[in-house]
Amino acid sequence: MLGNVLVTRQTGPEGRLVDKLIIAVAPDIRKEFYLAVLLDRVASRPVVMASTEGGMDIEEVAAQTPDKIIREHIDPAIGMMPYQARKVAIALGLRGNLIAQAVRLLLGVYRTWWECDATLVELNPLCIVKTPDGSEMLQAVDAKLSLDDNALFRHPELLAMRDLAEEAPLEVEASRFNLSYIKLDGNIACLVNGAGLAMATMDVIRHYGGHPANFLDIGGGASREQVAAALEIVLQDASVKGILVNIFGGIMDCDIIANGIVAAARQTARKLPVVIRLEGNNVEAARKTLAESGQAFIYSNSMDDAAQKIVKAVNSP
Amino acid sequence: MSILVKPDTKVIIQGIMGRFGSRHAQLSLAYGTQIVAGVSPGRGGQRFANQVPIFDTVTEAVQQTGATTSAIFVPPPLAADAILEGVSAGLDLVVCITEGIPVKDMIKVKRAMTGKPTLLIGPNCPGIVTPGGSQDSPRGCRIGIGPGYIYRPGSIGVVSRSGTLGYEAVWQLTCRGLGQSTFVGIGGDPVHGISHLDAIKRFAADPETQGIIMIGEIGGTAEEEAAAWIRDNCRKPVVGFVAGSTAPPGRRMGHAGAIISGGQGTAAAKISAFREAGIGVAMTPAEIVDTLVRML
Repeated sequence: MLGNVLVTRQTGPEGRLVDKLIIAVAPDIRKEFYLAVLLDRVASRPVVMASTEGGMDIEEVAAQTPDKIIREHIDPAIGMMPYQARKVAIALGLRGNLIAQAVRLLLGVYRTWWECDATLVELNPLCIVKTPDGSEMLQAVDAKLSLDDNALFRHPELLAMRDLAEEAPLEVEASRFNLSYIKLDGNIACLVNGAGLAMATMDVIRHYGGHPANFLDIGGGASREQVAAALEIVLQDASVKGILVNIFGGIMDCDIIANGIVAAARQTARKLPVVIRLEGNNVEAARKTLAESGQAFIYSNSMDDAAQKIVKAVNSP
Repeated sequence: MSILVKPDTKVIIQGIMGRFGSRHAQLSLAYGTQIVAGVSPGRGGQRFANQVPIFDTVTEAVQQTGATTSAIFVPPPLAADAILEGVSAGLDLVVCITEGIPVKDMIKVKRAMTGKPTLLIGPNCPGIVTPGGSQDSPRGCRIGIGPGYIYRPGSIGVVSRSGTLGYEAVWQLTCRGLGQSTFVGIGGDPVHGISHLDAIKRFAADPETQGIIMIGEIGGTAEEEAAAWIRDNCRKPVVGFVAGSTAPPGRRMGHAGAIISGGQGTAAAKISAFREAGIGVAMTPAEIVDTLVRML
């Protein structure tokens, strides 16, 4: 196992290199449950979700047999009360001293969710296991914790556990420049301001038969250095065959963006087609900067037209 | 003629002395917005731009100026406190621009706002604009970070989770000679104030609004809820667009809310809810205004 690439549903098809292993005693499992605490967006409150269908894909359980999912909403001003934990335990079919065990465990799981600023705490499966002395006890056989990035500033103890080796190198590089970058499997790189516009830009590329190489949101107040870094990052992806820049600058100065693009284009040895659509403040100065740079950029006035131009440029070498 | 804010709405800015807050206070003043006060604890008695009085607390600013609305530009760790200070001062509307507020802070804010009359827009949103009467729009009400030059007064209501995609729709409208009654950016966070539906109900009731544009994103079920209400209650033409149809499942796409898992909140689910409700569907952003024009 160690040193090999492991492919599971969570790793994606390329898999992940295994460099750490946990070795544990194989428990004598009698029954498996699913247990999680997460945010209910509609109620704007935490919800405890549990199911007797442990070890299964919980989304599938929710879709096929919604009545098998137990939901208990928590009032954030009060926290989880023991009666709520008893309710969940009994709904899971637990009896006798397993109820008291479940209450202790549930209150602890909720407290973990709340105090760590988690977005998800999931025990799957949570098991009834048989101990060597023949009694039954509850044990979390696998668990997952997702944290709220926006709250890490108040959790240095959790931030210290971040393992950069487990993250995609280009995404780590992007996060150093406060850029939101996610690598995808296409060949048209996108550089956009705003998450919604960035998603829509990917959609439009697909609509015209192209394949986006990434999601990249440079944010609302990007500097020349951030724009240049963003271009350098997308250029490091060897599968990229063309770049689409789609900026609705609004209050952002388009000339700053133009200067960043020109600086990065002059630095790189890779000469790829670049389609640029700019709208917003100081756009005239930006167009002048781009035109006088001597670089062979392709210009566009709308995102539809820009997407068609980059798809065409990438498909006709 | 508009929803939520009018050209004479009196606005205070919480965090007016910060780099971001002061820049946008200036732009809003230039737009003609009634920025009547700033709040910056410890700086009470000073003036912003030799013009706008600064107070130490929101309550003081409200008592002295009669303001009913505030815009928040404070850093994320202080934002929940700033929202609740606005609520406790009895404001009608708080618009929180701040991006990056912890989810837990917003859960507490929503719990504390239960039963209170104050409405919240945002956080992590571009704000709200009711365009003014003339081309460069003096006397309009601009709250937030939107580019003032793209708006024209008119009869189309626009509500969007995304800022830049909302600007895109507004700019298309303006280029086609269609003005806007109000633009509302509700923000991309999973726990937030008013929803698409809250804004659409107001547009449906506003006699001057003749058409509505709803711009959504993958994640959550807010667009589906709005669609269900529109099907049964709204006689005005509505056009919808959903960003993120090609986003990979399970990844957070910049906006904390834009994440899909297990078939919930997909673009396909939202688009089919739109179709069922008689909402015109734009498959690309470029089709938004064309689709609306065909329905008007």
